[in-house]
Amino acid sequence: MSRYQSMFERCEQQQRIAFIPFVMIGDPDLEASFRIISALIDAGADALELGIPFSDPVADGPVIQNSAIRALESGTTPTRAMALLEKVRAAYPDVAIGLLLYANLVYVKGLDSFYQQCQSIGIDSVLIADVPLRETTRFDQAAAKHQVESVHILPPHASEDTLMKVAKQSKGYTYVLGRAGVTGTDKAAQMPPKEVIEQLHSYQAAPPVLGFGVSRPEHVAAAKEVGFRGAISGSATVAVIESNLQDTAKMLDELGDFVAAMKQAT
Amino acid sequence: MTQEFSSSLTDAYFGEYGGMFVPEILVPALEQLETAFIEAIEDPDFIEELNDLLNNYAGRPTPLYECRNLTTSEQGRIFLKREDLLHGGAHKTNQVLGQVLLAKRMGKKRIIAETGAGQHGVATALACALVDLPCVVYMGAKDCQRQQPNVYRMELMGAKVIPVDNGSGTLKDAINEALRDWAATYEDTHYLLGTAAGPHPFPTIVREFQRVIGQEARQQMLEQTGKLPDYAIACVGGGSNAIGLFTDFLNDQEVRLIGVEPAGKGLDTDQHGATLNRGKLGIIHGSHTKIMQDDDGQIEESYSVSAGLDYPAIGPQHVHLQQIGRAEYETATDKEALAAFQSLSRNEGIIPALESSHALAYALKLAKNNGPETHILVNLSGRGDKDLEYVRQLDASTDSSDKGEN
Repeated sequence: MSRYQSMFERCEQQQRIAFIPFVMIGDPDLEASFRIISALIDAGADALELGIPFSDPVADGPVIQNSAIRALESGTTPTRAMALLEKVRAAYPDVAIGLLLYANLVYVKGLDSFYQQCQSIGIDSVLIADVPLRETTRFDQAAAKHQVESVHILPPHASEDTLMKVAKQSKGYTYVLGRAGVTGTDKAAQMPPKEVIEQLHSYQAAPPVLGFGVSRPEHVAAAKEVGFRGAISGSATVAVIESNLQDTAKMLDELGDFVAAMKQAT
Repeated sequence: MTQEFSSSLTDAYFGEYGGMFVPEILVPALEQLETAFIEAIEDPDFIEELNDLLNNYAGRPTPLYECRNLTTSEQGRIFLKREDLLHGGAHKTNQVLGQVLLAKRMGKKRIIAETGAGQHGVATALACALVDLPCVVYMGAKDCQRQQPNVYRMELMGAKVIPVDNGSGTLKDAINEALRDWAATYEDTHYLLGTAAGPHPFPTIVREFQRVIGQEARQQMLEQTGKLPDYAIACVGGGSNAIGLFTDFLNDQEVRLIGVEPAGKGLDTDQHGATLNRGKLGIIHGSHTKIMQDDDGQIEESYSVSAGLDYPAIGPQHVHLQQIGRAEYETATDKEALAAFQSLSRNEGIIPALESSHALAYALKLAKNNGPETHILVNLSGRGDKDLEYVRQLDASTDSSDKGEN
């Protein structure tokens, strides 16, 4: 059983949904990043979504853009990010870890060698923000070859055809956008209608997880109400880092409190 | 003038380059645009309205002028396709008119665009004023500083200019910001991309709306000289004026197609924008193409004396034309472009854009190494008014450093 499967099963037994925070690897630097990731897991994160910083993150709003800039400025290369992931995996062998990044980083590394490295480190899933379904074949094949789950995004108001394809292609979990636009906390997620969840279920999609605009416990509770199996919170988590750059101890405390509060609503 | 369009308009790839590498949420908007474009160009009313604007508003056809004094009678003959005389001062107007009409057709209520030096922003602003659509132009904060007159031009025509200060504050960041806006607003907003790059269908749409340049020039060369040119030359930043010139010559194997990239301070420095000569394959702004990037795949800054050529990627069809050997991509340095800028001003009374001066610089080299039987067609893609202040300052600093050496 995959780490995602056992994680979702465990949540189901406890009659709750998964809470999945996102942070950028290397923000504000690699050493702090390890402590941040540990704090998230220790506070009860069910799984992690981790970014590798890219110079031109077109799907991200200002909070995550700035996070990427801090990470790049502190010297976080893809190689160093992968080394950190190895360390995280060694410390937490059972936590499901998804990567979120941009196509050029995968392309330049070489598709096969990128996914091979993910497999050897123990990365469970990869979501590439700028590879839509119509371009995904080569990426999905390389991922499958190395037993890495390839996650796809279901946008709001998607056509029946898109929904069906996302349901079929997305592995590990199905990333359902709570709203249009880029990542950020300025606009809250709007709950997709229950029918979307039901349709995904009827196509036997991987568990639906809500992302974009999930920043407060009530968003998590609303996601559970509609039938999501998890909720991802990126910008709100990163904002805690951003507002405590001068005081790492306080940052870690507040991250722990944030995860606990969000988890309370699961 | 009649418009002719290519047949493979729905193919997202040129060989293995191009594609639609955008967040899933933008795919329906791009597919809607593709469909609207194909329907529009088969609609005689659309073509009639576009041609009316091109002819009576923008001033097409533009002249083809053979330089009288730029070369000697023993050297190659240089012919200028005068896109600098188009309304707006550059070829950009051609495709902007096409895209605003498309936006209207799709029922869009708002236009967004990116701009580097401001030429595409100005073209978009004038077209939006013309069809009465609100217009938002994203422009790198650094570029806003460097190109104040263009910011004012856009505002005068009713556009809202938003300075982008994330990232490097230049063109690539303006494109990122426009894409981010579009991801939230695509239902009622058209993203009017300014060059033959970006995700499908933009490279195709921009090419089809720009190919009028080569269509006219080909006909004019035949009329004026009785034969096709030996060379057709254009500068290459994102690649729109070059693809506009090249397209109708693609089947004329005897015509050598040459794109000229900015070599900036030299190809062996880190300050140039010669993506086709020095870039590596990757994926950026929706397209599998060549990019200026580091070994990890982080996008690097390009550099050129001409802001309009300062883009770290390139339209995917140019990568394909380079790969199959149908077009060649040469370079001109800042210094060579500035010399060509001075030379055309002095000898012909035409002040070219610094962008176009790169194409001219390469043409001058060719002319010197050939005789009058060699006919060289150069796309003079824009006029140089926007560059006057910048060149004047460069001259002033060169003069003072010369004095210092004395």
